[in-house]
Amino acid sequence: MKIAVCVKQVPDSWAEKKMSADGRLDRAGVDAVLNDLDEYAVEAALKLVEVSSPTGEAGEGSGHTITVISMGPERASEALRKALSMGVDDAILVSDEALAGSDALATSKVLAEVIRNGGFDLVICGTESTDARMSVVPAMLAERLNFAQLTFAGSVAVSGSTVSISRQTEFGVEEMKADFPVVVSVVEKINEPRYPSFKGIMASKKKPLVTQSLAEVGLTASEVGSSAAWSSVKDALPRPARGAGIKVVDDGTGGDQLVSFLAERKLI
Amino acid sequence: MSSALILVDSIAGKVTKATAELATFGKRIGSVTAVICSSDAAALSPQLASLAVDKVITCTGVEFEKFSTGATATALAQVIAKESPSVVLIASTARGKEIAGRLAVQSDSGLITDAIDLDAELIATQSVFGGSTTVHSTVTHGTSIVTIRGNSIEAIAGSGAPASEEFAVNYDGRDKAQVLSVSPAVKGGRPELTEAAIVVSGGKGTDGNFAPVEALADSLGAAVGASRAATDAGWYPHSHQVGQTGKTVSPQLYVAAGISGAIQHRAGMQTSKTIVAINKDPEAPIFDVADFGVVGDLFTVLPQATQGVTAKKA
Repeated sequence: MKIAVCVKQVPDSWAEKKMSADGRLDRAGVDAVLNDLDEYAVEAALKLVEVSSPTGEAGEGSGHTITVISMGPERASEALRKALSMGVDDAILVSDEALAGSDALATSKVLAEVIRNGGFDLVICGTESTDARMSVVPAMLAERLNFAQLTFAGSVAVSGSTVSISRQTEFGVEEMKADFPVVVSVVEKINEPRYPSFKGIMASKKKPLVTQSLAEVGLTASEVGSSAAWSSVKDALPRPARGAGIKVVDDGTGGDQLVSFLAERKLI
Repeated sequence: MSSALILVDSIAGKVTKATAELATFGKRIGSVTAVICSSDAAALSPQLASLAVDKVITCTGVEFEKFSTGATATALAQVIAKESPSVVLIASTARGKEIAGRLAVQSDSGLITDAIDLDAELIATQSVFGGSTTVHSTVTHGTSIVTIRGNSIEAIAGSGAPASEEFAVNYDGRDKAQVLSVSPAVKGGRPELTEAAIVVSGGKGTDGNFAPVEALADSLGAAVGASRAATDAGWYPHSHQVGQTGKTVSPQLYVAAGISGAIQHRAGMQTSKTIVAINKDPEAPIFDVADFGVVGDLFTVLPQATQGVTAKKA
C-alpha cells in the first residue's frame, strides 16, 4: 500500500505566538518544529506498515511505502527530515513564494493535488495543527479527492484494502470502516510517537526529499496564497492580560472565601 | 434582506443548546432559517418552536446519520443555492467544523472557525494562540461560513412556531465510510463539557483522587474536566481533557483544582468568563489568569467550598 502522511511545520507550542501587521502568524524568530499532533500520524503509518512487513520494519522490503508531504517555506524541510528519521521512506515539500498566506482551502487544494499525483491508497493526518487549530484540512482533503473519510481515529487497522477505525465522538464510541482510498486523521491517544534513533537520523540524510514548485504540482499562483484566501483578518490585538485577580492563602477559610467570591459574582 | 442559515445540532434526538445560540447570533444578521439534516427530522423540528427561528427546512435521510459530514455539507450547499443566505452558522464541534470545511469546498466559500462573537456586519471574533490574541476577520468570497463556539452568547427565545418546509437533497453517496457500530456514551448526570456553564477541572494535584473535584462539580451543576497530566496518568478519561490537545471550553465559570496552568492547558480554558484556581504552589502560572485564587490544599479547600455552595443553594 502507498501511504501519504500530511504534516505541517509549526512554531514550537511552548513559544509565545504573535500576529504580524499583515494579520498572519509571525513565524520569524520562533523555533519551528514538526506539529506535535502530526507525529502521531507518522507513528500510525509506521505501525501499519510494520505489522504487515515481512521484515517487521518499514522501508525497503516492507512491500509498502510511506511518503510524508508538507507545504511551507524552505525550512519546513526540517520537519520532513524529522519524519524521515522516524522511518518514513521519502518526502515531498511544496514550496513556492506564491503560497504565502494560503488559507485552509488553498492548503487542502495543494495537498490534494500532490496526493492525486502520487496515487496514494491511504492518507493519514493529525487532527489539527497547534498553530491554526482549525481541524478542517482532513475533511477538506476527503471532499476534494472524493476519498472516504475516517477522522478522529483512536485506533486504526488495515486488512487488505479495508481500513477500520474506532473513535470517540459526542455520539459515543464508533467503529467504522471504508475501502481505499481513505483519509484518516488520528487523535493523540492512538500511540506514543517514537524518538528518531541515531541510525534513523543518519539514514534520513540519504532519503529522497523532493521540493516541488506550484507549477510542478499543477496549480497556478492565482489559486493559492493570500490573494486567493477567502477570509481576511481585519485586526489582531493582544488580549489584555487578565488582571491577576485576588489571591488568598488558605488560612482554614479558603473554601468559604471562594464561595463568597462566587456569590458576589452571582455565579451561585 | 440579510438572512442567516443555521445548521441544527443534535445529540441522541435532542436539539442542543448550541443550536439556540446559533439562532441568537443569526437574529443579529436578519431572518433565521434552521436546516435539519437527520434521519428523523420530524422529531427534531418541534424542538425548534421555542428558538429564535423564522423558518425550518428539513432534509430527511439515513445518509445524515453519525459522522456523515459529506451528505450534510451537500445538503447545505444545495439549500444555500436556493436560499442565498448572507451567512451559514454551524456549531464549532469536531463534526460541525468538518461539515463547514466540506461545505466551504463545495460552495466555493470562505470559512472562519471557532468564532466567539459575530456582529451584524459578519465580522467574526476569534481568540487564538491560547487566548493571548483576539482576531477580527471576515469572509471575502462566496457565502460566509462561520462556526461558533458553545457558550459564546446567551440564547434568546423565539416568538412562535416557525413555518416548516421539506427539502429533497440530491445526494451522490460521497460518504463512503460505513459506521459498523455505535456504543452510546455513558451519560453521567453531568452536563457535556463543552456546553456546560460551569466546569470544575482537576490536575496533577488531585493525585488521582477526583472525588473532591466531582463533589464540587455536582454541587454547582458543573461538568468535570481534567488536565493532560491527569488524563495521561489514567486518572480521568481522555474525553474530559481540557487544553490544546483536548477540548476547548469557554464557560461562565472555570475552576482549576491542582492544575499548574501550563500554556497548553490555558489554551483550552482561557476564554472562560471567570476563572478560579486552587493550588498548593503560590507560583503556579494558573494564578496569573485566575480572577480568584486560593493558595492551599485542594483536599481541604474543595470540600469546604462544596459545603458552602450546598448551604447557599439549600
